[in-house]
Amino acid sequence: MTEVTVTVDGVKYADNVEPRLLLVHYLREFVGKTGTPIGCDTSNCGSCTVLMNGESVKSCSVLAVQADGADITTIQGLANGGLHPIQQAFHETHALQCGYCTPGMIMAVSDLLRENPHPSDEEIREGLEGNLCRCTGYENIVRAVRRAAETGVSS
Amino acid sequence: MTAQTDETQAAPTLEFGRARLRKEDERLITGQTNWTDNLQLPGMLHIAFLRSPFAHARITSVDVSAARNEPGVIAAYSGADFADEQGSLPCAWPVTPDIVIPAHPPMATEEVRYVGEAVACVVARDRYAAADALAAIEVDYEELPPVLDMREAIKPDSPKVHEAGNQSFDFVFANGDVDAAFRDAPVVIERVYRQQRLIPSAMEPRAVVCSCVGGEFTLWSATQIPHVLRVMLALVTGIPEQNIRVIAPDVGGGFGSKLQVTAEEVLAVLIARKLGRPVKWTESRSEGNMTVHHGRDQWQTLRMAADRDGRIRGFEVDLLADMGAYLMLVTPGIPILGALIFPAIYKMDAYSFRCRGIFTTKMPTDAYRGAGRPEATFAVERMVDELAAELGLDPLQVRERNWIKPEEFPFTTIAGLTYDSGNYEAATARARELFDYDGLREEQELRRANNDPVQLGIGISTFTEMCGLAPSRVLGSLAYGAGGWEHASIRMLPTGKVEVVTGTSAHGQGHETAWSQIVADQLGVPFEDIRVLHGDTQISPKGMDTYGSRSLAVGGMALVSACDKVVEKAKVIAAGLLEASADDLEWAPGRFSVRGDPDKGVTIAEIALATFAAHNLPDGVEPSIDADATYDPDNFSFPHGTHLCATEIDTETGFVKIRSYVAVDDIGTVVNPTIVDGQVHGGLAQGIAQALYEEAVYDDAGNLITTTLADYLIPSASDLPSYVTDRTESRAANRLGVKGVGEAGTIASTPAVVNAIVDALRPLGIQDVTMPCTPERVWRAIQDARGADQASAAEQHAARQSDQTQGNSPQGVGTPDQTGGAA
Repeated sequence: MTEVTVTVDGVKYADNVEPRLLLVHYLREFVGKTGTPIGCDTSNCGSCTVLMNGESVKSCSVLAVQADGADITTIQGLANGGLHPIQQAFHETHALQCGYCTPGMIMAVSDLLRENPHPSDEEIREGLEGNLCRCTGYENIVRAVRRAAETGVSS
Repeated sequence: MTAQTDETQAAPTLEFGRARLRKEDERLITGQTNWTDNLQLPGMLHIAFLRSPFAHARITSVDVSAARNEPGVIAAYSGADFADEQGSLPCAWPVTPDIVIPAHPPMATEEVRYVGEAVACVVARDRYAAADALAAIEVDYEELPPVLDMREAIKPDSPKVHEAGNQSFDFVFANGDVDAAFRDAPVVIERVYRQQRLIPSAMEPRAVVCSCVGGEFTLWSATQIPHVLRVMLALVTGIPEQNIRVIAPDVGGGFGSKLQVTAEEVLAVLIARKLGRPVKWTESRSEGNMTVHHGRDQWQTLRMAADRDGRIRGFEVDLLADMGAYLMLVTPGIPILGALIFPAIYKMDAYSFRCRGIFTTKMPTDAYRGAGRPEATFAVERMVDELAAELGLDPLQVRERNWIKPEEFPFTTIAGLTYDSGNYEAATARARELFDYDGLREEQELRRANNDPVQLGIGISTFTEMCGLAPSRVLGSLAYGAGGWEHASIRMLPTGKVEVVTGTSAHGQGHETAWSQIVADQLGVPFEDIRVLHGDTQISPKGMDTYGSRSLAVGGMALVSACDKVVEKAKVIAAGLLEASADDLEWAPGRFSVRGDPDKGVTIAEIALATFAAHNLPDGVEPSIDADATYDPDNFSFPHGTHLCATEIDTETGFVKIRSYVAVDDIGTVVNPTIVDGQVHGGLAQGIAQALYEEAVYDDAGNLITTTLADYLIPSASDLPSYVTDRTESRAANRLGVKGVGEAGTIASTPAVVNAIVDALRPLGIQDVTMPCTPERVWRAIQDARGADQASAAEQHAARQSDQTQGNSPQGVGTPDQTGGAA
């Protein structure tokens, strides 16, 4: 067992964990952040995307011990009261259906817009190719990112 | 926090047709969703399954004793531990009287017949401990020969999957004089098409939680079918149905894959009963790719006879459909659903259909978005294109020559379906306009003339499908084991709010929003005041669930019927409150008023409150205006549309780029255009994925080699185009005029894309590229057609033969035995 101290959505946690414990399992089962789901076991789908020290990571591909000392933001900590503009944009453009990929997709979009506040459609599609959605055909996800960019999320 | 619920600022009007934003979204975008895997119950244990590494083997021994001594392990079981109680997983669709339905134990006891079949399991304190202890289980196998190619499996000397042989059924249907249609036909086109095996790939992997308290079971499952599952669990396990409650919490997509009664669900119930503690199983993606039922997988041998002017005389369809190792819930019914739709929108003199269901040592197949209809639509839309090419006619012209004219509805097709409505001309005219069909044909000519390395192809799909599953009588005539009705309840609350209980079970479709819109109009209550409840057999005790684009056309109509009954009951009470005769009352949604005295009235909310108080109801009237209704449709519904796809093909690399895609759908009237557009977009993505990207591949030993999302290529945003969608409207014959939209995009798009690819390459002499049309396959097709150097061509031919033996043909490039031509 290894002791880790991780800040998740603004709250500090200290736990003893197995060195092999995945960050996503730590978030879901130790911290109770079940808003971050698991869609695959090969880091292809991006459903489990969270921000680690401000940058997007696939939390199935990070060990909890690697997150020692890190600041993690999940979908449940993205908004500061109310809805975050990206969440609002996803709602307004119908960018989700079953919603399983949505938390990871929204977190990936937040990182995308941080790096490129005004992406073209092609840049949006390329920027999100690590996050898979089976419902929307991506059409409205691209619209959501455009709308979020218009509202100046990154500033 | 509040999610914005409406982007329109229009004055209050009908909810029907309004682009309401979804009620479901708030919990989904904030991470408050209730997925099955989120559930934690006190004392809950975790199950891990040990699965067969062989495609076909006899189990000679299983020893789980060492696993029981591993840390944190509560129990370990082999199939023998369940032998007396596990029954056989159900097949509800025996399509012929003499169908072979082999026993399908949830956990194998004597023989395994596909890689991934469960042979043992561990139950432990946490998922890591359970997975670790699997390594301590000893299983001895005696390998048996795998059976991997249907075309080999039907030969008498093939190794057998089951003792009874490799053929499950032979279903035939014919109408019209087929011999006469083909005899002396000026043109006969013959083709063989491959529908590759697909993995549905809902983003949420399957998950099951089961608790057993005092003989009462609660099963949470990522399922599309809580009601069907409940009945089936009772039948399989013998547990009394009234002691089983099934809950489908938020479910992360299904696409048919969660229309199933799975081994893991049954075993979770049995393990919870054995241990008296709640248990959970959550699959990994790799486990799921192996063991969630697969889709499609057919060889289609097709013949079409026509006159020189393009009029279709007859169509012969002969299918081999891969059942996989067992028949699951509706496995044999999938190709049979397709039987009804092969003739599509076309008139013809004769039609014959034969389908043999064949066992192989692979994962069973079953419903995947479209379920039989994509296969049929692909076949007929590809064949019509081939006919047009043979005759030197424009493919749209050949379609128009044969399709049912608007004034001919209702029209009974050669397959025996009666199409209630449709307007193929209108949808096609709109699609042509949005697509710039004529302009693109001109550009195509130019590129051909200039020998441009990037060639342009135009693909057409003027599809129809049958949905709104289904009239119970028709299902009975097709030997399906249940009805096709749907149920709804309306509960009028004392505060004037409304609870709507539906038997449909949404998993991304937006029923909470759309059903609120329908009920708001029927009862005249605000959209916001309606709550839709579903997915729990204790809350919604009756239902047939969600699949086959049935929810609106059947479940929506059940809502309307239930609302009618509420209004009827409310009328009697309103008459009492208004001291008027019920015959003198007029109903405008939301309010009864006295005829001739419109100021004298009472609202539905006031009636609900008065009914709750029940102080002065008319004599003999029960104090309730709640109502239930069960609706059984008279007919299927028949969405149709015209989809046009333009592909650019780099003839030097084989890369296919979809340049533009126009989808004009006629799905009848539309409750919520935003949701409808979303359904079309997602459907297109899955149909395009079949055409270009996806294939479940087994190796020579029967191992699935596409076990991860790195190998099984579901497309990302950068792999797909932006779509142009529009609609034309012909009302369905039901009261709402709705048809259904869940599968249309998938059904239509696969042939549109492949037709576009073949259209681009046809001047090279190419007649087909086998799906998925990867750059390598397209490139090889071009190389073959250009006759590359002889040695290389011979090499490729040999490779192709070997690939086809495995059922994974890389290309079907105009092989001489598949060409038809003038007879």
